[in-house]
Amino acid sequence: MKQGLKYIRTVPAILLWSLPFVFLLIFYFQPLLANFRMAWQATTSEVLASIPLKVITQPLFFTIWQAILSTVLTIVVGFPPAYLLAKYRFVGKSFIRLLTTIPFIMPTVVVAAGFNALLGPRGWFNLLLQTIFSLDKPPIQIINTLGAILLAHVFYNSTVFIRVVGGAWSQLDPKIGFAARTLGASPVRVWQKITFPLLKPALLSAILLIFLFNFTSFAVILLLGGPKFSTLEVEIYIQALHMLNLPIAGLLSAIQLLFTLVLTILYTRLIKTKSVALTPRDPEEVAKPITGWKQRSFLMGTMSYLIILFAAPLFSLVLRSFLLTDFSRNLDGSTGNRFSLVYYQELFLNRRESLFYVPPIDAILNSLYFGLITVGIALFLGFLAASVISSRSRWGKLLDPILMLPLGTSAVTLGLGFILVFNRPPLDVRSFPLLVPIAHSLVAMPFVVRILQPVMATIPRELKYSAMVLGASPWRTFWQVEFPILFRAIISAALFAFTISLGEFGATTFLARPEQPTIPIAIYRYLSQPGGLNYGQAMAMSTILMIICALSIILIERLKLPKIKEF
Amino acid sequence: MLSVKNLHKEYENQPLLRGVSFDVQQGETICLLGRSGSGKSTILRIIAGIEAPESGDVFWNNQNLKDVPVHKRKFGFMFQDYALFPHKNVFENVAFGLKMQNLPVDFVEEKVNSVLAKVKMQEFRHRQVADLSGGEQQRVALARALAPEPRLLMLDEPLGALDRNLREKLMDELRLLLHESNIPAIYVTHDQEEAFTIGDRLVLLNEGQIIQNASPEDIYQTPKNAWVAQFIGLSNLLEGVIQSTQPLMVSTRIGDFTINTGLPQNAKLEDPVILLLRPDALSMTDSNLNQFQAQVLDDVFLGNQWRVKIRMSDLEFSFLVDQPIRIGSMIKISIDPNQINLLQDEK
Repeated sequence: MKQGLKYIRTVPAILLWSLPFVFLLIFYFQPLLANFRMAWQATTSEVLASIPLKVITQPLFFTIWQAILSTVLTIVVGFPPAYLLAKYRFVGKSFIRLLTTIPFIMPTVVVAAGFNALLGPRGWFNLLLQTIFSLDKPPIQIINTLGAILLAHVFYNSTVFIRVVGGAWSQLDPKIGFAARTLGASPVRVWQKITFPLLKPALLSAILLIFLFNFTSFAVILLLGGPKFSTLEVEIYIQALHMLNLPIAGLLSAIQLLFTLVLTILYTRLIKTKSVALTPRDPEEVAKPITGWKQRSFLMGTMSYLIILFAAPLFSLVLRSFLLTDFSRNLDGSTGNRFSLVYYQELFLNRRESLFYVPPIDAILNSLYFGLITVGIALFLGFLAASVISSRSRWGKLLDPILMLPLGTSAVTLGLGFILVFNRPPLDVRSFPLLVPIAHSLVAMPFVVRILQPVMATIPRELKYSAMVLGASPWRTFWQVEFPILFRAIISAALFAFTISLGEFGATTFLARPEQPTIPIAIYRYLSQPGGLNYGQAMAMSTILMIICALSIILIERLKLPKIKEF
Repeated sequence: MLSVKNLHKEYENQPLLRGVSFDVQQGETICLLGRSGSGKSTILRIIAGIEAPESGDVFWNNQNLKDVPVHKRKFGFMFQDYALFPHKNVFENVAFGLKMQNLPVDFVEEKVNSVLAKVKMQEFRHRQVADLSGGEQQRVALARALAPEPRLLMLDEPLGALDRNLREKLMDELRLLLHESNIPAIYVTHDQEEAFTIGDRLVLLNEGQIIQNASPEDIYQTPKNAWVAQFIGLSNLLEGVIQSTQPLMVSTRIGDFTINTGLPQNAKLEDPVILLLRPDALSMTDSNLNQFQAQVLDDVFLGNQWRVKIRMSDLEFSFLVDQPIRIGSMIKISIDPNQINLLQDEK
């Protein structure tokens, strides 16, 4: 240990290793502090007195209320598949597993657009009903209701529940349950006395995590909830960017931060106490085959609602992007719906009445450009951070929890902090375009570290030492020994960082210049405008984003690249 | 008491059990002995009600247990890796079965303490099970299974996870405890030494069928076939053909053997048979019977005997002898005609 430290305690090494700390200090803690300072000013000045308290309490209560509702619904929806995946072997199991990875990487705007394409006023369901019954108005009115918000939250978080609880469940030795049965416990009492107490830590941490995600949800509320519903996140956004009332936005974000901080701390505490000495086991070893009509219909029922919940929105999104409905725009004067590439073609045109000063396709180029820079920053700093943590030194122990903080911090809060701190040229939104990828890197870095660090920890020190003994310089040791071992993890981390950057919405709404939108920003602008062409273009843009993200998942799954185990 | 009748079970479309039947009497410990994958653990699980057979039945005092759920069978079960409840301490683990019967608190307390005393674990009653060593966990698992006074105890490789020294010590303790408790027990193991130590009766399983069901002495003295002989460590086997029945003579590739023990069932002249030369069969005194030339390959001192490995023609055998023999020498030996078993050649 001491020897290892001596070897790294050179000046350039210390400089390198301190980079992640410096980065977090400047781009995470400074903006956060600015939020608190703004909140403090708001409470001491007359600003607070001049507004009704409702501006704060209403979004706060609604945030908590919708988070509770979403969490409860998620548990109900997630429970059967978690049980099924943990306990049984069946055809299509790996397909279901793949299905549950979709929400992890699908950007919120894509999901919102997907639900819109399925259930929205111009979505498949309504189009179908309108055509069948020749209705003038769409009969299903779910968009801009609480129902739509809950639906999207269930979509996102039931996979968290399935993964965390299902994972813990599959690690439970069924023999423990059998032992209880042979000692005279009925199935109900086995659940009460054995299974539930043993699953409780996993259940609790899943619930906390889901609640945290619902609490900080932004794009879903903004895009599917409409103007009637305002959570803290949405209210911060409205106060900061529409009302230009920064003190109130700061106050709201401070409240938000306190809540998320408490939840994050509770969660990390829970994770640490979670292990009740369950020996790790191969989950497939205990999985039983499906037998009998009861189990078979349970499997069928669960499979079908999972497919509908996870695949239907995305599937209808793709289909809808090719369906031309706006009659007035049909140049040949034909009427009726037909499949066409018009929405995609329109993306390349710079129309005078367009929402942008540039052709919409430029948004895609912007996103790719920001994505690549994010990959560069997040990989470089994430690699350094992972090696600090792997060194098991004092600094590593310090960095580990600090690094995870941005994960629990809402993107909107981060975005607000950025515009509060970086408000003078050359470091402001107008003149410093790198603020967007920097914010994205903050979000992506915890993922990068969580992918790289476990692999790094598996490299035995002896390997490095023997390379050095054989005459390799530290630099060559890295390239010849560590890099080849880490290569697959690095690719995986890069793909994660890239898709996170492409899909990031909350912070980008604050930081992207109007003439330099990213894909999610463009989708949002299209969706919030009337007209069939705008709607269609939102669908087309979302489909493109979805395909890029889907390619990443497929690459990671296909190449069997290292994934994130848990946070 | 317990009666198992004609169990059939498939596992992933492969037959695992192919008609298994046996009985267990009051106070008797039987050992199910077989290689891993022979289906012995599955038999226990079927008796316990954790798994259901494709066909066949389990009876307790002539009552078919088909519709009796696991928790109402009152059978104790001790699992190979113990399956202790990780969120409960030693006391709570042992008390679990008693609490399930809703017995009064002080009775439970008293009973748990007496059972823990029996397995010498009373000082550990407040320990978490994760903090126990393998041997201690094993004792707690045994105490937990014994506490509710089951009418039958099943033990699935209870010593399998322990190292050799500990195993031998616990083996003796376990045997005394089982006999003392007078609870009928079924003990599953793949270790023949364990089976011979613990069992009043051995049931040998191979490929889902019972090959032999007899006392340890009977199995050792008259193994039913070559597989049984080999499985219990008698490995001097030799193919031969019956030359004459009065006196009994068998010809082999080493030479002709005169045999004083009985013929296998239905064996007649010219039938192929397997000769089992027992470990004590070799002597170096001059005798007219069964004399052969042998080369000494190895000689190991065992404490009060030597194990000598010899080659006759192109076959190797090992025997126990009372004196050392020089390795590499050619010697003249004779095989005692009373120490040869004739086994059926099942090919």
